[in-house]
Amino acid sequence: MSLSLDEVRHIAKLARLELAAGDAEATQAKLNGIFGLIEEMQAVDTDGVEPMSHPQELAQRLRDDAVSETDRRAAFQAVAPQTEAGLYLVPKVIE
Amino acid sequence: MIESSLKDIAAALRDKKVSAVELATESLSRIEAGNARINAFVTVDRDGALATAKAADERLAAGTAGPLTGIPLAHKDVFCTEGVLTTCGSKMLSNFVSPYDAHVVSLLKAAGAVMVGKTNMDEFAMGSSNENSHFGPTRNPWNTDKVPGGSSGGSAAAVAARMVPIATGTDTGGSIRQPASLCGITGIKPTYGRVSRYGMIAYASSLDQGGAFGYSAEDCALLLSAMAGHDPRDSTSLEQGAEDFGRDLAKPLAGLRVGLPKEFFAEGMSDDVRATVDAAIAEYRKLGATTVEVSLPNARLAIPAYYVIAPAEASSNLSRFDGVRYGHRAADYGDLNDMYCKSRAEGFGSEVKRRILVGTYVLSHGYYDAYYIKAQKLRRLIANDFAAAFQQCDLIAGPVSPTVAFGIGEKSDDPVQMYLSDIYTIAVNLAGLPGLSHPAGFGAGGLPVGLQLIGNYFGEARLLNAAHQYQQHTDWHTRVPAGL
Repeated sequence: MSLSLDEVRHIAKLARLELAAGDAEATQAKLNGIFGLIEEMQAVDTDGVEPMSHPQELAQRLRDDAVSETDRRAAFQAVAPQTEAGLYLVPKVIE
Repeated sequence: MIESSLKDIAAALRDKKVSAVELATESLSRIEAGNARINAFVTVDRDGALATAKAADERLAAGTAGPLTGIPLAHKDVFCTEGVLTTCGSKMLSNFVSPYDAHVVSLLKAAGAVMVGKTNMDEFAMGSSNENSHFGPTRNPWNTDKVPGGSSGGSAAAVAARMVPIATGTDTGGSIRQPASLCGITGIKPTYGRVSRYGMIAYASSLDQGGAFGYSAEDCALLLSAMAGHDPRDSTSLEQGAEDFGRDLAKPLAGLRVGLPKEFFAEGMSDDVRATVDAAIAEYRKLGATTVEVSLPNARLAIPAYYVIAPAEASSNLSRFDGVRYGHRAADYGDLNDMYCKSRAEGFGSEVKRRILVGTYVLSHGYYDAYYIKAQKLRRLIANDFAAAFQQCDLIAGPVSPTVAFGIGEKSDDPVQMYLSDIYTIAVNLAGLPGLSHPAGFGAGGLPVGLQLIGNYFGEARLLNAAHQYQQHTDWHTRVPAGL
């Protein structure tokens, strides 16, 4: 399997990564090297094998729906690139 | 004093032969003297360390000290530390002063350990050489032209250079065991779920696991015992209380059954590594262990499966870096989408971007079953292989890395070659088993070689017992790089 340049540009778009015009070819070559490695797994018959996501097969725990954290908005917003009046600022989305 | 065992340092603190402030000062001056050469630390917290050390001295005087009170340590820069820069080796977080502590950091603070700084690492823990750090590569203290391994290379190099006696690390595909091997120290990754991932910046959540570096298995046991335990804030944390992983250190090894996976010894290992690994296994036999050949037929699929699962999870985890709530934001952008795309393109390095792209592709519509689900099925087969092997043996031994430390720049342009250097470590993460690397001798160029021990689930105490007994009868773990 190998990715076309258009596919590389498409996944970069999906991943919200700007791809500089001159970088697409180099990225494509390296990604195709990685997919060459990954393809080895298609040769194995895994019919009937149950996928494994956690070694101990734990179910996700649920907690009570109760307030457990204190308000630390100021501390958390102190590391944000741009805030105002307790809000995160981003470019205008709705005209 | 920093070069002594934790037991000896703790005794000296107790007997007032040294103070925690003096120890912290010694560690800080060693970092100051060596860091320009090794680049093991991204951040040195002198003021914080001296204040914590002073508090530790008060605890020692009050008689409320524990085994780690007053011991200098370093945290891999993947662990969030309140009020201290936490970069994860990335430009994306190069200005991120964490507003909270990781669970591991809180536990070690409570134990009275003295954090002197944060160690360099491959960006977002993606790498096997520490060359993927935004802050420049860490260098191997045994030969500064060589890599220290990765991704916890800064922690491993800091301990190897005797800047700190212990350090934390994380291991997603070998990131504790491989740098421990390449730097000639001991490192352990526990069973998945032992150490809380709360505040440990996520790479591949189903594989990431915190662990410990030290000069010896005995020291690692002390550090790991203080790091592990149930944390409700990590949904995959095991519901098990704290444990003394050093409880079995003194047990003799007579009757221990050591499994040798025939696939690990078939090919791929360089001659110097093979000779060292063989000699270490012979030493285990001398100590009373018996060896048995076991088979891990699906282990060869660990690398392809890993390079689907880890990037898939990474692409999802790293979507949080959007230039809005924390981290890098591009200086110039148009609309919101352009801000995301530019901030992420500028903030992430090339290996991180590659893994995000691979992950985005394998999770995209129409490919999920063919890649992610397929890889999770292989993961089951790999775990089943280990389960079958552990019917015949108590622990598994083999190489950590196919070669000694390679040269800086040697593999940095070829991701696939870099990935293959983790051939012996990755299967352990996929299965979620505990694994350890301890110094076993030296190979080409006088560079360290580690032996990997793999345990069954919850078998950390047994792994540390075996490594400790080996270290009681050998002195590889006491060797230090020249010029220290």
